[in-house]
Amino acid sequence: MSKEIVIRTNKLTKRFDDFVAVDEITFDVHKGEIFGFLGANGAGKTTAMRMLCGLSIPTSGEAMVAGYDVFKQPDEIKQNIGYMSQKFSLYEDLSVKENIEFYGGIYGLSNKQIKEKSGELIERLGLHNEADKLVSSLPLGWKQKLSFSVAIVHQPKIVFLDEPTGGVDPAMRRQFWDLIYDAADKGITIFVTTHYLDEAEYCNRVSIMVDGKIEALDSPEGLRKTFSASNMDEVFYKLARKAKRSAD
Amino acid sequence: MRALRFLMQKEFRQMFRDKGFTGRLFIAPAIQLILLPMAANYTIKNINIAIVDHDHSTVSQQLSNKILSSGYFKLADYTDFNSKAGALIENDKADLVLEFPSGFEKNMIRENNQKIAIQVNAINGVKASIGFGYLSGIIADYNNNLRLQWIQPGRTNTMPTIDVVSSYWYNPSLTYYIYMVPAILVSLITGIAGLSAAFNIVKEKEMGTIEQINVTPIKKYEFILGKLIPFLAVGTVVFSFGLLFSWVIYGIKPLGNIAVLYLFMYVFLFAILGFGLLISTYSQTQQQANSIMFLFMMVFNMMSGLYTPIDSMPGWAQVITHLFPISYFIDVMRMVVIKGSGIHDIRMHILFVFLIGLVLNTWAVLNYRKTT
Amino acid sequence: MKQLLSFIRKEFIHVWRDPKTLVMLFGFPIVQIVLFGFALTNEIKYANIVVVDNAKDVASQQIINKIEGSKFFSVQKTLMTPSAIDAAFKEGKIKLAVVFPVNFNTDLLHLNKASIQVIADASDPNTATQLSSYITTIVADYQAQLSPTMSAPYSIVPEVRMLYNPDLKGAPNFVPGVMAMVLLLVCVMMTSVSIVREKELGTMEILLVSPVKPLMVIIAKAIPYLVLSIVNLGVILVLSVYALDVPIKGSVLLLVFESTLLILTALALGLFISTITSSQQSAMFASMLGMMLPTMLLSGYLFPIENMPVVLQVISNIVPARWYYVIVKAVMLKGLGFASIWKETLILAGMAVFFTGLSLRNFKIRLE
Repeated sequence: MSKEIVIRTNKLTKRFDDFVAVDEITFDVHKGEIFGFLGANGAGKTTAMRMLCGLSIPTSGEAMVAGYDVFKQPDEIKQNIGYMSQKFSLYEDLSVKENIEFYGGIYGLSNKQIKEKSGELIERLGLHNEADKLVSSLPLGWKQKLSFSVAIVHQPKIVFLDEPTGGVDPAMRRQFWDLIYDAADKGITIFVTTHYLDEAEYCNRVSIMVDGKIEALDSPEGLRKTFSASNMDEVFYKLARKAKRSAD
Repeated sequence: MRALRFLMQKEFRQMFRDKGFTGRLFIAPAIQLILLPMAANYTIKNINIAIVDHDHSTVSQQLSNKILSSGYFKLADYTDFNSKAGALIENDKADLVLEFPSGFEKNMIRENNQKIAIQVNAINGVKASIGFGYLSGIIADYNNNLRLQWIQPGRTNTMPTIDVVSSYWYNPSLTYYIYMVPAILVSLITGIAGLSAAFNIVKEKEMGTIEQINVTPIKKYEFILGKLIPFLAVGTVVFSFGLLFSWVIYGIKPLGNIAVLYLFMYVFLFAILGFGLLISTYSQTQQQANSIMFLFMMVFNMMSGLYTPIDSMPGWAQVITHLFPISYFIDVMRMVVIKGSGIHDIRMHILFVFLIGLVLNTWAVLNYRKTT
Repeated sequence: MKQLLSFIRKEFIHVWRDPKTLVMLFGFPIVQIVLFGFALTNEIKYANIVVVDNAKDVASQQIINKIEGSKFFSVQKTLMTPSAIDAAFKEGKIKLAVVFPVNFNTDLLHLNKASIQVIADASDPNTATQLSSYITTIVADYQAQLSPTMSAPYSIVPEVRMLYNPDLKGAPNFVPGVMAMVLLLVCVMMTSVSIVREKELGTMEILLVSPVKPLMVIIAKAIPYLVLSIVNLGVILVLSVYALDVPIKGSVLLLVFESTLLILTALALGLFISTITSSQQSAMFASMLGMMLPTMLLSGYLFPIENMPVVLQVISNIVPARWYYVIVKAVMLKGLGFASIWKETLILAGMAVFFTGLSLRNFKIRLE
């Protein structure tokens, strides 16, 4: 794995009035890596991710994403990342093809590229029969796979996934992770938050946030060793016990 | 700019996919343009009159007939009893009571002067004063004729008379719907084009799709234009449809220049879309947007001069109505469509609505930045 | 009974904890009654008119003085050609022009007959008729004064009494209508939305599987809004009397009783809407479309019902505000007693019972 760094943060902080949502987090993410971002509800995961995507301006600290500064170059960052929020966010009243066309278009793909991409994508997802159907008619698992594929339609350097597999059955989750591996193989860096601790095992490296701070960061194996635990569940509970903030 | 094209394509696709959309675009305006002018008819006619005749003389009969054949009045009752007439006013069966005292004709001849009592239900002041106006006109007219008949030759009529000749310009038949239809069209456009823009944006907020848009390299102004331009198109369609409809159904053809109407409509849409945008920045859910809209639509409808004249409002209320773009547009529609006013006549309207639009849009864009 | 009380308490808490609802409940009505009560009127005051005096003689001057003295007009004197008048109408500067011919006084003295031309901008037909009838009255008045000593033979002198509203103000006509509108809209919308919200959030299921009877659930939902609406009514009445100068001539108790009846009808309607809609959005929409437009247009306070086509007149019978408007006018302005409004009262009561029954039936169907 190459050691090129695509995300680098230094004491990145976000305050809302008195509340410190994200407290001086510092970490690096390497190119092509699958980076797991774990934490209990309210630990600050989503806020941290929103800052990295340019959706929210940090209070202090530094962060570079895809080689650009989150303070000064949010527009350049947006051109180079993909994002999939925990809320399903494709247009339900547009068809599969139309959604791909729309997002391809606003990322500046040419008509030819859009055509190629949507063919390829529909092929990959096996959605031939559904291509012209409205997204609202698809089952949740399909929607999420489609959502992910649309998030990387413009070949971003990094894709941010905010709890992408919430509410989906295990078989579907497997298929979803296959897509993630595919993307990582193509050199797209994956930054993913999740609730499912078994999914953390699929990541190259995992960070665990507690009360706005990063309390641990290592490969899943490394973490198990450090915390002398047999699985990620135990690691997580050992850390989460220290949390003072209640969920939400 | 390429992104803008895709944004607009998306909006149009969503619009036409919405099953209720064509209904909102054509059927609702058609229904309202048919129903509202029928209901909103303030022509004062069919005034119910009760006549209490204690005299039963030729004069009282003649005058009664003249009143009833004037076309303004409908006989509620013809009676001898005051109490009965009073009850008719109390339960709204009669708007006016005319009372001939006994000995009416005899006294008139003997004393040259006889009073006639009229009671008016004045709860609706306008109806009361117009009704009384009609009635006293008829009485005066009858009185003049009576003199001409009765005055013996040789004795000349020394009473000078002044005729008031009224002419009603632009709407000589005093047809009320000519006044209402152009204004109703304004209320329709406000509802359909202006306010649905706000719902549209709030819907993206609620569905979470706006998050997805925010992480793309789309510029704010592109997003806003992508939302506004389709609604400008919707406004144009509804407006054109409404004009055509009022021509076909009501025979109302704008007397003034249609280009002036369209020009003003775009200035108006600029302002009202800015208002919609502003509301969307303040609401998180469609329900919030809905309640805010509800309040504003109600105030707009009641205070914009649609139903009651702005000139009749107290000064402070007039100041408030002059903050609403809709009251300018209603005025302009009535001016250009009915009177044929030109661009010079509405220059201040254009200026004010443009300024209001500028303030609303700037406010909205500033507020929009802050929230994201 | 204890169950019911705890339900009612829960509903009150919902309302109190939600500042937005409170604003809707108390803020809207106050704003509306004040805004509309003052602003909605057809009274004409100081309308801009122009007087074109081509005569410039004693008679024309005397009439002009009379016109200037009237509170209906704000007079501007200029010589204008018809085309200039047209231009002024088009710009919206004036509403009426009074034109005196050149030899006005001479004609009046020698021919005993003269005429004045009144040109009105009839794009607003009502204002036009009103203004020209005011001018006619002023001129007729002048004519009568011309020769007080030699009174005309055989004169019929109308003596008018304007009942209930001698100053012909706008508020007495509009306030009862606004009251109906405000009470109805607030009640219908608040109840329907509050029930549908429970459906949307799924808490209604919990209530329905609890041993509480559906009737209880409905009563518990309705009581807080009933109480709050009565408080609201008090505020509205105080505002009408002290801010808008519309007195209560009849019995206050009767007025409160009749208003409570309207509130009950509104609550029943709200319940009914909540049983046929499934989202807050559509409940809101149904209350708005189903209540606001008919209440505004068909209750008779903005536009006379007798002018409408028969179809609309028939439809207006099912609009509760129409009956309430008649009742309020009778009690508040005319000072009449129950005897003269029992029919309207019965109709309102019938509507309340009908809609309560209908929503109860719908509610039960849901349970099965």
